[in-house]
Amino acid sequence: MKRRDFLRNTALASGALMIPAFLKPFEALAMNDISGYKNLVIIQLSGGNDGLNTIIPFGNDIYYQKRKTIAINQPDIIKLNDMQGFNPNLSALKEIYDQGWMSIINSVGYPNPDRSHFRSMDIWQTASDANQFLTTGWIGRYLDSNCQGCKTPYTAIEVDDTLSLAMKGADMKGIAVQYPDKLYQNTREPFFKDLVHEHDNTHLSEDNLGYLYKTMAETYSSADYIQKTSKTYNVTAAYPANTLGNRLKTVSKLINSGLQTRVYYVSLSGFDTHAGQQNQQGRQLKIYGDAVAAFVKDLKQSGKLDDTLIMTFSEFGRRVEQNASNGTDHGTANNVMIFGGKLKKAGIYNDAPDLTQLDNGDLKYQVDFRDVYATLLDKWLNVNNSQILNKNFAGLDFV
Amino acid sequence: MNNSRYIKHLYARAGFGICFEDLHDHEHWSVRKAVKKIFKASEKIEPITAVTENMDLRPHPKDETEDQKKTREEERVKHEKALFNAWTKQLIETNAQLREKMTLFWHNHFACNINNPYYEQELNNIERANALGNFKTLLIAVTQSPAMLQFLNNQQNQKVHPNENFARELMELFTLGRGNYSEQDIKESARAFTGWAYGGKEGEYFFKTGAHDDGIKTFMGRSANFCGEDIIDIIVAQKQTAVFISTKLYRYFVNDVPDMSHINEMANVFYNTGYEITPVLEYMFMADWFYADKNIGNLIKSPVELIIGLSRQFYITYQNPDVLVQFQQSLGQVLFRPPNVAGWPGGRSWIDSSSLMTRLRMPAIILNAGLIDFTGKAGPEDEAYLALVRKQQFDVIKRVQATPDWDRFFKAIPQNMPKKQIAEFMLEPPVNALIINEINNAPDLKTALIQIVSTPEYQLT
Repeated sequence: MKRRDFLRNTALASGALMIPAFLKPFEALAMNDISGYKNLVIIQLSGGNDGLNTIIPFGNDIYYQKRKTIAINQPDIIKLNDMQGFNPNLSALKEIYDQGWMSIINSVGYPNPDRSHFRSMDIWQTASDANQFLTTGWIGRYLDSNCQGCKTPYTAIEVDDTLSLAMKGADMKGIAVQYPDKLYQNTREPFFKDLVHEHDNTHLSEDNLGYLYKTMAETYSSADYIQKTSKTYNVTAAYPANTLGNRLKTVSKLINSGLQTRVYYVSLSGFDTHAGQQNQQGRQLKIYGDAVAAFVKDLKQSGKLDDTLIMTFSEFGRRVEQNASNGTDHGTANNVMIFGGKLKKAGIYNDAPDLTQLDNGDLKYQVDFRDVYATLLDKWLNVNNSQILNKNFAGLDFV
Repeated sequence: MNNSRYIKHLYARAGFGICFEDLHDHEHWSVRKAVKKIFKASEKIEPITAVTENMDLRPHPKDETEDQKKTREEERVKHEKALFNAWTKQLIETNAQLREKMTLFWHNHFACNINNPYYEQELNNIERANALGNFKTLLIAVTQSPAMLQFLNNQQNQKVHPNENFARELMELFTLGRGNYSEQDIKESARAFTGWAYGGKEGEYFFKTGAHDDGIKTFMGRSANFCGEDIIDIIVAQKQTAVFISTKLYRYFVNDVPDMSHINEMANVFYNTGYEITPVLEYMFMADWFYADKNIGNLIKSPVELIIGLSRQFYITYQNPDVLVQFQQSLGQVLFRPPNVAGWPGGRSWIDSSSLMTRLRMPAIILNAGLIDFTGKAGPEDEAYLALVRKQQFDVIKRVQATPDWDRFFKAIPQNMPKKQIAEFMLEPPVNALIINEINNAPDLKTALIQIVSTPEYQLT
């Protein structure tokens, strides 16, 4: 018998099923051992961030040959070793890097890469093969796995107004909360409150109507819990006044208030730089670097950095050679950036991208992105990756 | 015999719902008669003509300034909006409900997301014209549409370097479904579609002889110099194609959970009529099981169905149609913007914590500037909440700019009709005692109606 079936059957036998989900005493769950509760924060850069102008392989002449007008000049680059360095707009991250709180994984991708934004983003969010269509996301399947500590919608929170595919499982879904106050407000509608609270249990059945009432009840308990818990902490650290800064500030508030959430998800768009790349990407990288630096320092200050891991990805990197409009077109493999207080391997994790062995002008991937996910699942979220990724990945050693 | 429960169900599924006066008029019809009328009403084909120019055919100056480029982009966005608004308006106003509902079905089946409104419109019209016609004819027309040639890269599919994207989706998503073909079948059939391209002065389909591979291909155990049409012939000769499409139709019209015995009945009709769409739909709408309790009021409305149904039911006019894009966006389904080649997954995937709250509030936002008047035991916190909503109503009205025709709505409803009966008409699932209690306490019919459309039950069809 599966663990889940077992729980269901015992619940039935004891009559506990008669208690609607929203009446479960959260207080009983909430305060147990909050220290050591590990969080994963995922930052998605949408549009295809040009990794080669983010972590710049300045030590390779080919970079300058292929990017005559958009290469970053050597003196401006913040050098990390004799091969790679930061885009100057990431200057705020230098301090973080020097503290050993950052790891850069080069050439992450997948076989038969797809260059469509939509498709490639789906592949990253569902952790599928390039020719496989999954309707559930990898975090969603983590929720579905019914592991210890992943049983409620607020186990995974997206700080946004809609929920990404990554957060949707077959049975369970994360919850999108841009402002805890607003979600709470939405559930204050007296008419809805009445429907939820007065509703009898017969409708919590398996059909779609039961599913709607169940989701509604879960939303009510989550919104209430998130609002009440997050209220207890005020973020005092300074964050840049932009959308990403605000969202990471919200994540900090949620983490520091001791919310029982394992995964947070935020996005920043504007990376599709087909033309005039230097300015546009520069602006976005500055927003990203400043906000992440503020977030990491804030977590360090509050003692949560050791329990937090941050991963940044984009749906693809961009072509090695620039185009005629001072931009770059859709490419393939890209760097993934990891931050945390307890990294096993900080700094640059693997070799800089190989600019000579290209596939139709694009980088060949060296690390499958699902090996990065597998590492997070196995070593950070404590769940067997094969259960979520549908086959077993060996994983990496950054944590 | 009063058939109103079945007639209402039929119109909810075959279209976007029935208005009160029509139901009153049709309630003694047999199912057979109603089905006939529904097909009759959809005989007319009204193509969408909002986009009149293919902007990609404009000469594109190499030394285009940033300003010129910006103007061109703005114009493209204008075309996109015009297309979106034209279809939305047609969905709200048409009498050919089944044809539009099937156009939506094919719009999702042949999901396509490109940046050329002219081609998007053309594909949409192909889907509408063939919505109730022959599947194979539709499939070939879709395959040869510039929209699909572009979206699935058949434009790049050439003898020297074949592109397998279209061949793969043709079998995986359009006809057979996963597991019913091999990787080798994909490679070989891709070769057969080489040279299917679009271009020239008109930017339309043509066969590029020089790019076509006329060698021998081995596909599904047969070898010959196949062309694209031959591949499609071989695919539809497989019964599995009829089963695959029937399954999708069943899940769209009957129940999320496939019942293979019912689906096989449909597939037989579909296959034996040479993939005619009308007979298989007629069969489904007339089957006893279509009217079984478990198949009534148990489908989750797609966001488009929710908004279109509400707009039709209350005769809503939108002074600012752009707001409809925003609604669709916040609910997770924007016409012409499916998330990927597989389309919108539908069913329970429409629902998560945040989207459900948005969906529940949407009807009141459109009909009543967000206010759901509450007459139960309102505590001080509830009173404060309602006061806040009332204060914001003016802002909501300014943004939404939607006008329901309440007079017309009320005129159709007989005086003194019990509110319970009205709820039973408005909601497809059985109405529970709690809702009846709430609406009976409502001071007037309008308040009760706002409450009715704000229930989880209203999310179902």
